[in-house]
Amino acid sequence: MNALSLKKGISRKSAYDLRSLYGDEIESHTLAVIVDNEAGVLARVIGLFSGRGYNIESLTVAEVDHEGHRSRITVVTIGTPAVIEQIKAQLGRLVPVHDVHDLTVEGPSVERELALIKVNGVGEKRVEAMRTADVFRATVVDSTLESFVFEITGAPEKIDAFVDLMRPLGVSEVARTGVAAITRGT
Amino acid sequence: MKTQMTGAQIVVQALKDQGVDTVFGYPGGAVLPIYDEIFQQNDIRHILVRHEQGATHAAEGYARSTGKPGVVLVTSGPGATNAVTGMTDALMDSIPMIVLTGQVPTFMIGNDAFQEADTVGITRPCTKHNWLVKETDALADTIHKAFHVAISGRPGPVLVDIPKDVQFANGTYVKPQKAAIGHYNPRVKGDIDKITELVELIEKAKRPIIYSGGGVINSGKAASMLLRDLAKSSNFPVTSTLMGLGAYPANGDNWLGMLGMHGTYEANMAMHDCDLMICIGARFDDRITGRVDAFSPKSKKAHIDIDPSSINKVIHVDIPIIGDVGHVMEDLLKIWKSRGRKIEKEAISKWWKKIEEWRAVDCLRFEQKGKTIRPQYALERLEALTKDHDRYITTEVGQHQMWAAQYLGFNDPHRFMTSGGLGTMGYGLPSSIGVQLAHRDSLVINIAGEASFQMNMQEMGTAIQYRLPVKQFILNNERLGMVRQWQELLHGERYSHSWSEALPDFVKLADAFGAKGILCKDPGDLDDAIMEMINYDGPVIFDCLVEKHENCFPMIPSGKAHNEMLLGEASTQNTIDATGAVMV
Ligand SMILES: Cc1ncc(C[n+]2csc(CCOP(=O)(O)OP(=O)(O)O)c2C)c(N)n1
Ligand SMILES: [Mg+2]
Repeated sequence: MNALSLKKGISRKSAYDLRSLYGDEIESHTLAVIVDNEAGVLARVIGLFSGRGYNIESLTVAEVDHEGHRSRITVVTIGTPAVIEQIKAQLGRLVPVHDVHDLTVEGPSVERELALIKVNGVGEKRVEAMRTADVFRATVVDSTLESFVFEITGAPEKIDAFVDLMRPLGVSEVARTGVAAITRGT
Repeated sequence: MKTQMTGAQIVVQALKDQGVDTVFGYPGGAVLPIYDEIFQQNDIRHILVRHEQGATHAAEGYARSTGKPGVVLVTSGPGATNAVTGMTDALMDSIPMIVLTGQVPTFMIGNDAFQEADTVGITRPCTKHNWLVKETDALADTIHKAFHVAISGRPGPVLVDIPKDVQFANGTYVKPQKAAIGHYNPRVKGDIDKITELVELIEKAKRPIIYSGGGVINSGKAASMLLRDLAKSSNFPVTSTLMGLGAYPANGDNWLGMLGMHGTYEANMAMHDCDLMICIGARFDDRITGRVDAFSPKSKKAHIDIDPSSINKVIHVDIPIIGDVGHVMEDLLKIWKSRGRKIEKEAISKWWKKIEEWRAVDCLRFEQKGKTIRPQYALERLEALTKDHDRYITTEVGQHQMWAAQYLGFNDPHRFMTSGGLGTMGYGLPSSIGVQLAHRDSLVINIAGEASFQMNMQEMGTAIQYRLPVKQFILNNERLGMVRQWQELLHGERYSHSWSEALPDFVKLADAFGAKGILCKDPGDLDDAIMEMINYDGPVIFDCLVEKHENCFPMIPSGKAHNEMLLGEASTQNTIDATGAVMV
């Protein structure tokens, strides 16, 4: 994801167990924030991150409950344990926020991202692109004589790997959705 | 049974139903329909200020001195942007405030219309929450919800932006009891297990201290009473932040004075050496902690706060208790008393002996000699001559503000209104107007610096218009004194732009407004002059010429610890290093 040494939070049921707030190691956490789907709510969340100097590695948002007017924002952020706790508390006190779940701590959870990748090429490179796509179970959603658009879903690392392999084969554009995540089990 | 009204009528009806008696505002094109409704009723009094910033600070003064939310009404564009400083001030100090702004009609939003500004965008970071209302049917709900959000949990400013066509159109009115106010409802009860843990520490503490803050005042009168009960029955010493002054009385037996950057020696030393710190409704601001890694190294710390994000933000605490400080103190006292209200009596009297030693340093001592009034002396005399009055104090920002906190005594909550978190020069005069409106017969004094006073001095007109006998007590050192002090201590005495030149003649200025002006420069005349000010039935500008190069001590320089406090001029040489100098 980036050059920082990332340590995943320990998987535990309570958000307060076992993690020392005073570690200074940078951790990556995936938060699911349930919000009222009202005007400006995304601006509020993003403004909170930029205003207080927090990091956003990935952010996705979409309505998940039409009747209840609820959206789910999935945000991947990095920081020391103390900063992560602050981020959760700051998110929690926004008026339209209902719940903040730290999936990294509440886990185990599944994280998935979807990407569309356009690869331009002919001849041997084109064949190689198809072969690689097969290995990654990417599907072709558009093709011309000189190009493919592949669709791939998976953990962000898998998509990173796929894009890296495709690059010498003629990647011209990449579109990624950002991470959606949910806890495993009931 | 549904009541149809225009949007403008809904606004006024909603304010009435929320119990609002006073609105501070300034009209303009985008709020004309609302002003038209205000014209046609008598329940809500509208106070016409001279600048929208004045309206926001007046609303703060009203709110801070009553505990009720302050209400502001301004027009779109420049009206709204002028209100930004006051909203930020209210946000930093957790003051409940409702700001209603006009907006260009919905069909013109986004077109750079005349006096259009993205008000909700601009004010998103300086409000607790804000709303743009696009339909008249949503207006009543939104205003009621705005009041709910402003006063619930940690209070703060909210803004409702109302396009002009929404004010003209018809819609349904709903009463506050019927309004859909949403899910926002911060919890007020603290976790009983955590409170019990704190009781256990209270029973064992040998060097305890109570560090209280503005949260105690915000929680309501009952919280201040509970704080007094806790201090009295435990015999624990009490210190407080600037925002918390008055919650525990300055004439109380356990009072150590204010703590922090310009706090007393005894309060800061006790904070540094304590073994149990009970933080009640305060937030470990950098003005309080000094150097964070040297902050109270030997203590267990408990923190009671209604805002979860205040806990562990700056200082790691051992016992976090999330809840309203009033509710939590009530439970705490109940549990502690039911267990036999034990304390380590002997250890605590030893602790008091130690505190008495620090107190003997007499860190606020000064001598009035010579022909120039020392600012401390002016405040000491003001205190002596006004302390028996039903008195409210506001301040501007600077040295005079810190001296006011040090030399005036506050024995009740809601009596000291100052801009703590934002440190807004220009806050004090309009704030005094808001206070006086809420307390017509009380003595309201704004302790001002000559520089701060000039930032909103146009509001003298408001004081005259509404016959508000606010007293502007200016400690005139012809300097941006606090800036000058930092330049002396941190910047090699290079006094870059920190003096007040071309000052107005404040007596003539008072005259021009129709107020009374009093000039005093001789210590011998001070008492008579102050009495003249108190006895004058109308607004007064009191120009008190004071020593120009006085510094405010004690002082913990930024980047230093509590026990590295400067007590006076002699200790100031080369005390602030480069790491301290980068801090504000
Ligand atoms: C709006 C605003 N601008 C600048 C400052 C920075 N500042 C803090 S104190 C001060 C000087 C205040 O001078 P004065 O009102 O005369 O008070 P004194 O310190 O002399 O008592 C300044 C400029 C501020 N706090 N607020
Ligand atoms: Mg001055």
